[in-house]
Amino acid sequence: MTVTAEKPLVKIEGLHKYYGHHHVLRGIDMTVNQGEVSVVIGPSGSGKSTMLRCVNLLESISAGRISVGGQLIGYREVNGKLHDLKTKEIAAQRREIGMVFQRFNLFPHKTALQNVMEAPVHVKGQPKAAAQKWALELLDRVGLGDRAGHYPSQLSGGQQQRVAIARALAMEPELMLFDEPTSALDPELVGDVLNVMKDLAKSGMTMIVVTHEIGFAREVGDTLTFMDGGVVVESGDPREIIANPQHARTKEFLGRVL
Amino acid sequence: MEHHQHPDAPVLNKSVPVRHPGRWISAIIILAFVAVFLQSLFTNPNFRWDIVGTYILDVKVVQGVGWTLLLTVASMVLAIVLAILLAFMRQSDNPIFRWSSWVWVWFFRGTPVYTQLVFWGLIAVLYPKISAGVPFGPEFFSLDTAAIVNATVAAILGLGLNESAYLAEIFRAGLKSVDRGQQEAAEALGMSKGKIMWRIILPQAMRVIVPPTGNETIGMLKTTSLVLAVPFTLDLTFATNALANRTYLPVPLLIVAAIWYLVITSILMVGQHFIEAYYGKGVDNLAPAAVNPAAAKAAGPGADAQRSMKTDFPEESAR
Repeated sequence: MTVTAEKPLVKIEGLHKYYGHHHVLRGIDMTVNQGEVSVVIGPSGSGKSTMLRCVNLLESISAGRISVGGQLIGYREVNGKLHDLKTKEIAAQRREIGMVFQRFNLFPHKTALQNVMEAPVHVKGQPKAAAQKWALELLDRVGLGDRAGHYPSQLSGGQQQRVAIARALAMEPELMLFDEPTSALDPELVGDVLNVMKDLAKSGMTMIVVTHEIGFAREVGDTLTFMDGGVVVESGDPREIIANPQHARTKEFLGRVL
Repeated sequence: MEHHQHPDAPVLNKSVPVRHPGRWISAIIILAFVAVFLQSLFTNPNFRWDIVGTYILDVKVVQGVGWTLLLTVASMVLAIVLAILLAFMRQSDNPIFRWSSWVWVWFFRGTPVYTQLVFWGLIAVLYPKISAGVPFGPEFFSLDTAAIVNATVAAILGLGLNESAYLAEIFRAGLKSVDRGQQEAAEALGMSKGKIMWRIILPQAMRVIVPPTGNETIGMLKTTSLVLAVPFTLDLTFATNALANRTYLPVPLLIVAAIWYLVITSILMVGQHFIEAYYGKGVDNLAPAAVNPAAAKAAGPGADAQRSMKTDFPEESAR
């Protein structure tokens, strides 16, 4: 869809994740170029959400390397030896990466506007007036300018998710992660959220989207990755994979969701 | 909403409601008991309402109220500060912090507050001097314990440290009640640990923390009557007891004390109501108070839009 600069922004190399003895990710390799929309699909339990959560260290990395913008995530490498980053340094890395959750996770004690303003004011230290102007712009962009004073509990699921997108964008991240952003929504509310994401993709944002929306993958995705059992089964042009999956597991999965 | 005003609105059902004779009978029985009790209040001369009237605003009594309030507020402030610290330590990654928090709660919850008050009263006997220095090494300065830990300080320490153990558990429960996703969302925005706790987690935990803490505060108000154990002899219960012993009229002076405790409790309950409303923002309390003028302008349709929003998504507000 978008013209990609072919400059890798995200590089995942040999990523493994264990929960105790449970081997969830078994060697993931993935590259996302600047301005690209990378869609990840797969059955539940395939490890796609875990992979996404490793990118901003909501899950620790058991083995392998993830880098965003050339910067190693979670570690500093000194003479070939990895050192854990401090909490503060991890927080600094996370500022460059926006995340949208399946269950929105808006702050329920803050209005839509306050949710969007929170990080610019209290992480970046922006003056309140400027942050408010910026937050209202973002709420307008996701079609919720008239809902600024509403608390999350007064918004529909779709509206909450759009506020959550605005909240993540408020930090002006170079990468946006979407963890099944429409899975908790009533079917008629999915469209509004996907439209916001499409606009965002058109604006040139680099995005990794874990989703079950095959239509979105076909329309907006630059690459499609199919994961199953903690490995990447197949990856490539979304339209080709959807029309003509090469692997039996991909075929079976697409057959079930399409 | 207003169906009956519309010309082609449906005719509303007018059914005969179920009768509840049991409710009427039980209500009459309760009212009869209340009437008998009220009558006794006015006719039984042993209440000595004249004495209640004489002493309700007695200097000693009013001073007692002041001291009781001071002890309650000071020990609760101390307990809350300690409890926040203990609850944070209990959640810490550092095992020494977790362990010491657990031991503190175990000890101060596991021994009677009366015993602890007696102990703080005797602290100067146990440790006559407080000194700072290197253990087994040189000493930098030393102070008389009795000069620092007077009866007031001993009472506040005894009540506050004991209470901190109970409050620590209330705070811990409150922090645990906040959805894990809140922490993750704040982390994903790059917020620091401290900011996440103070701006995101604690304000939401307060909804769960405030009601039992209000309970504890009211409990504390009355626990202050135990400070006689220190011995501290200026609080409301001691003052009214002393007057009762002097006048040989215990009943009216107990009533004086009870009235004052009820008055203070009622004031505390009003305070608790407002604190609960504040921390219920966005959940129990949907008044759009927190919006500043520019945002309100941007928000456009005000209260009307909000009401319709609530009815549009009942499942959301139910959550």
